[in-house]
Amino acid sequence: MELMTQMPVALTDLEIGEGGAIAHIALPPTHQQFLTRIGIVPGAEITFSRRAPLGDPSVYSVDGTEVALRAETANYIFVQRGHFPRLGDMA
Amino acid sequence: MTAVRTQPLVACPGKSSEIPKREIHTVALIGPPNSGKSTLFNRLTRLRQKVGNYPGITVEQRVGLLTAGGPEIKLIDLPGVYSLTPYSEDERVAVDVLTGKMDGLPRPDAILLVLDVTNLSRQLVLAAPVIALGLPILVLLNMADVFTKGGGSLDVLKLAAELGAPVAMVSATQGSGLDAVERFLREAHDRRPGALLPILQDLPQCRKWANQLSHRVDYQRPLPSVWTRRLDDIFLHKLWGPLIFVIVVGAVFQTVFGLGQPMSTAFQDLLTSLGQQAAPFISNSLLRSLLLDGLWKGVSSVLVFLPQILLLFLFIGILEDSGYLARAALIADRTMRSVGLNGKAFIPLLSAYACAVPAIMATRTIENKRDRIATILIAPFMTCSARLPIYTLLIAAFIPDRPVVGVLLGARACVMLSLYVLGFLVAIATAKLLKSSILKSAAVPFMLELPEYRCPTLQSVGLRLLDRSRVFLRQAGTVILAVSLLVWVLTHLPLNHGHSPELEHSAIAYLGHGIEPLIRPLGFNWKIGVGLLTSVIAREVIVGTLGTIYGTDPATQSMTLQNALRQDLTPAGAMALLVFFAFAMQCASTLAVVRRETNSWKWPMIQFAYMTAVAYASALGVNAVLSRLWR
Repeated sequence: MELMTQMPVALTDLEIGEGGAIAHIALPPTHQQFLTRIGIVPGAEITFSRRAPLGDPSVYSVDGTEVALRAETANYIFVQRGHFPRLGDMA
Repeated sequence: MTAVRTQPLVACPGKSSEIPKREIHTVALIGPPNSGKSTLFNRLTRLRQKVGNYPGITVEQRVGLLTAGGPEIKLIDLPGVYSLTPYSEDERVAVDVLTGKMDGLPRPDAILLVLDVTNLSRQLVLAAPVIALGLPILVLLNMADVFTKGGGSLDVLKLAAELGAPVAMVSATQGSGLDAVERFLREAHDRRPGALLPILQDLPQCRKWANQLSHRVDYQRPLPSVWTRRLDDIFLHKLWGPLIFVIVVGAVFQTVFGLGQPMSTAFQDLLTSLGQQAAPFISNSLLRSLLLDGLWKGVSSVLVFLPQILLLFLFIGILEDSGYLARAALIADRTMRSVGLNGKAFIPLLSAYACAVPAIMATRTIENKRDRIATILIAPFMTCSARLPIYTLLIAAFIPDRPVVGVLLGARACVMLSLYVLGFLVAIATAKLLKSSILKSAAVPFMLELPEYRCPTLQSVGLRLLDRSRVFLRQAGTVILAVSLLVWVLTHLPLNHGHSPELEHSAIAYLGHGIEPLIRPLGFNWKIGVGLLTSVIAREVIVGTLGTIYGTDPATQSMTLQNALRQDLTPAGAMALLVFFAFAMQCASTLAVVRRETNSWKWPMIQFAYMTAVAYASALGVNAVLSRLWR
């Protein structure tokens, strides 16, 4: 939590295994509504789990599910870096 | 905290016996996508269901019957939705059905709400607006087996109390806990006042409520499966991932094509011989011809697709249920994006190399409607197996069998290969065209959920196979039957003293002569014209038609079909015919399936017109260029 003072970074700037809380989403409202359904909302914890073999899309774990997003979307989702355990490292 | 429960469990709040009773006739089944709703629906109705479309839209309507030990109850399967805020067509349908505003459907007397218990805090978001409708409701926590095995736990009684509705742990794939549904439906219920619920149109509010609620019921998420991570380390590995992808895809393709083709041929032979066996029992020759050459042939021409459809859906079922299909889509996405489509279009397009019909049915996995329609529209450009008979015939007749690249590639194989490439290129060009014009994607980002790997069960894959083949037979069967009948009538009119005319004097030959001026620039004569007309049913029909025409013509009667064609058609015309068949939409089954899947005549008509135009223009060009070159 000591990193909370840092500026939010785009999802695509995270390293694999890194995570954080979603700070804001700079996408049109229709996109945001769409993302809301899978739990991508400000405040939600999200972790970058892996990249697809060809580099894009990338897989993120949010709200207990693994979801793939293209960089074109992930670029506009900003997170406050923090340490969140990766799915499977928990408990 | 409540211990992990291994037994299916029903928790009921309050004393239901005191509530005035009310019989249940119609029940709606609702749940988020990936909650296992369809499997549950198939289980509950044992496939006694009617599949159609809601009026005017592409959303599929499924209504089934529950009969176990009592009067029949109608079960309506609603599309998978995340909320009742009507953002999408699916959600609008769900709201309309639940509020009794959907034409032709009575308002449900009760609701079955299916939630994936392994992901309860997120799935509960849908519970608030659904419960607030105030109808008697049973909450089914699905995938209880996986949940328990993974060490998940929750206080079911507390959840039931909080929701003000009975809650049952079930497993649709295993079929456990489903007796709760029967009990719920058999007991009469009355509307109860809804529990205290948040503002319902507000998704963030529902989300907050769902999160708090899952805390209050001591919800413990099961441990994510170690296996899923391990398998993904392999299947999504930089190197192994694409390699395994290619192997899996190759194996599916090879089996559907390599095994499905002979199966279809054998099935065709069986159907033909069945028809021949019946022939002696019909004395009237005209009636015999109508029943056997018209109806039975039409029906068989649909039936022969069945082996391939079943094979393809067997594989898709296994891939989808195991969780690999989502990974395949993830790997393919990068490449598919370059033509404006997404990764989910890959498997359907690949299937189209065997047959466009199951491929178009397989596009259901694409949620984005515009992407789905674009995929449907380009699928028939892929070289399907029905093109092979005419390809083989013309290539054997007109292309000399000589090597081009050493012994590896002969001229004939070269032509065949280029036809495959040609179809593929035009498909890609069409996709780009569509995606940059009429089907420019709606503002929806690409999103793909990667479910945990699971072992597919025989029952769930089997039920899906049965379901798909019934849909196919009923829908495509009716249209193709009508078209076959029409073609039969045209080949048997006008009647001459109660006898049908020779083919060259028939109405269809008249039509063939009629379109001759139109197709002469392509290098085709009226006989080919008749073939083009009859093969509107199915591409391979042209071979049979040409066989009949040249077989009845005294000038060519003694020749093989290849020789007859060589005499009657210029090489340039033959090449033009090949190209025509590479692009033209000569398949009534495909048109019927497109109509069904898009729920409108608009798309199949656009598709037919576009493909015919492309075919005509290309054949015109090929004939013009080659006839000058080869003069």
